[in-house]
Amino acid sequence: MSLKFRLASRNLFHDRLRFIATIIGIVFSIVLVTVQMGLYVGFRQMVTTMIDHAGADLWIIPAGTKCFEDPSLLDERQRFRALAVNGVAEVTSVVIGYAQWRLPNRTTTPVFMVGSELNGLGLHPWNVVAGRTDDLAIPGAVAVEQSYLPRLGVSGPGDKAEIRDRSVQVAAVTKGIRSFTTTPYVFTELDRARLSTGTPSNKASYLLVRVAPNADVDQVRRDLRAGLTDVEVLTGNEFRNRSRSFWLFGTGAGAALFAGALLGFIVGTVIVAQTLYSSTKDHLNEFATLRAIGSPGRYIYEVIIWQAVLSAIIGFSGAAAIGAIVARMTAESALQVVVTPALTVALLLLTLVMCVGSAIAAIAKVVRIDPTLVFTR
Amino acid sequence: MSAALLEADNIVHFLGHGAGRVQVLKGVSLSLRGGELVLLMGPSGSGKTTLLSIMGCLMSPAEGTVRVAGQSIAEADAEMLAKLRRDRIGFIFQSYHLFPTLTAEENIQLALDVRGERSRSAKKAARDVLATVGLAHKRRSFPLELSGGEQQRIAVARAIVGKPSAILADEPTGALDAENGQAIMRLLADIAKDPSRAVLVVTHDPRTLPFADRIVHIEDGRIVREETANPARKVANS
Repeated sequence: MSLKFRLASRNLFHDRLRFIATIIGIVFSIVLVTVQMGLYVGFRQMVTTMIDHAGADLWIIPAGTKCFEDPSLLDERQRFRALAVNGVAEVTSVVIGYAQWRLPNRTTTPVFMVGSELNGLGLHPWNVVAGRTDDLAIPGAVAVEQSYLPRLGVSGPGDKAEIRDRSVQVAAVTKGIRSFTTTPYVFTELDRARLSTGTPSNKASYLLVRVAPNADVDQVRRDLRAGLTDVEVLTGNEFRNRSRSFWLFGTGAGAALFAGALLGFIVGTVIVAQTLYSSTKDHLNEFATLRAIGSPGRYIYEVIIWQAVLSAIIGFSGAAAIGAIVARMTAESALQVVVTPALTVALLLLTLVMCVGSAIAAIAKVVRIDPTLVFTR
Repeated sequence: MSAALLEADNIVHFLGHGAGRVQVLKGVSLSLRGGELVLLMGPSGSGKTTLLSIMGCLMSPAEGTVRVAGQSIAEADAEMLAKLRRDRIGFIFQSYHLFPTLTAEENIQLALDVRGERSRSAKKAARDVLATVGLAHKRRSFPLELSGGEQQRIAVARAIVGKPSAILADEPTGALDAENGQAIMRLLADIAKDPSRAVLVVTHDPRTLPFADRIVHIEDGRIVREETANPARKVANS
């Protein structure tokens, strides 16, 4: 172990109380940033979960649609026009909308209906843990999310409820298809979704397009735009970005999360800077001695930076452990804290940047150090 | 006589600012030659420590020239002065200035570490010099576990481990009892036996007189008297 590192670590650990306070500060700060950024990632994933699972090459959406959950209606004739475009292999309608779910005890709760044709392209339930997707073909069949079963007053396949005074029966139960709005998603067949949401039979919310294997997606999109009116034709990625942009920045939710993360970062930076500065001040005599015995300025800066890096690594380890616990605890909640490997690496780098950046004040202090201090102290 | 290892020529220096500005050195010249131990004595405020700081390249004089091994340091910046210090000058301070979180051996190694010497031989050099000052058995002790005399011996070891040509000591016996003070001076006198090395000791302590080759008296920023020690009086060289 290098002497520089030994000096840095022992100086750091020498004052245990201050060291513990620093680490708590870093942990607090990074946990705050982790939770905010984890919520951001979770929110980002959740708002596009339907688009992610649609498997469409192109989406035909009513012009001006801001996000998946807030559509206007399209005329079904657009579907046939789309099918006539060269390179289009399949076009399917999707109907979405809010409906009232009446529980067996006669109380009601809002649900978000997602209806599409059961074969081929469409928005079908995934992660089915009970029942069968194919059973959605049975009249009145629906698929619901496991975590919402109590709220929907059902316990699994075979249980019945009502939507718009029509009986529905649970045919499949999914796991992990949660909505950030906390309104349960209910999957069903296209026409049943129209009935449930009051959508006319000649209307749809979206048209999903699958492009033929050898066709040029961009060319097909250009042709669809030219051939259809009052619609937009987006790739899955574009629609995803639009939905995210609306929910995260149009509503201010993302800005609030970033503001929280920034606050955590600032708090952490101030705490570490304060600690390193006061530690440097306490050891000023030692740094003056180092300078007097001929240490290059860089040697002293490296000692301080090592202290910052050590604080960062120890603080980050604690924060990562707490972050992992928070992520696990929120895994089943409406808004998960999602800590991805990329986020973990980014947070480690952020912690290092924060701690090393905090060392600047301390370094500025020793840059001006007068080695003749050794004669006066 | 050996060539001058360290020379201060007509040094003028001021401390403080504005109305509080005081001229602490008024044209001082002093050279340090190989193989000698020079005592710089004078009352408090006479300019001893300022002269030591200037000759030790810790500060630049307002006027005059400092030469290290014949080379003027007038144009040297802070980093170049630091390099001169680590390569050619060893310091010993009245209050030792050891690093409390490092062991005795690590404190000595530090003087080599700042020079980029981190090999096994550097570690061996630290142990050898620790043996030279008679503290091989204390190599794992932290400064707070050592007596004042032992701490000063570690400081001497740190000053000499890099084999500098000049050792500058500021009141090295000031905080020690008679026995430990004698031991430290004996060590310094031994170092000064080497014709390629010299020791300059700033002191008030009359107990150090028997170890000197030369005694320089400074008062009010001027050298007022210089004595060459009577060889018969030198106990350290006997």
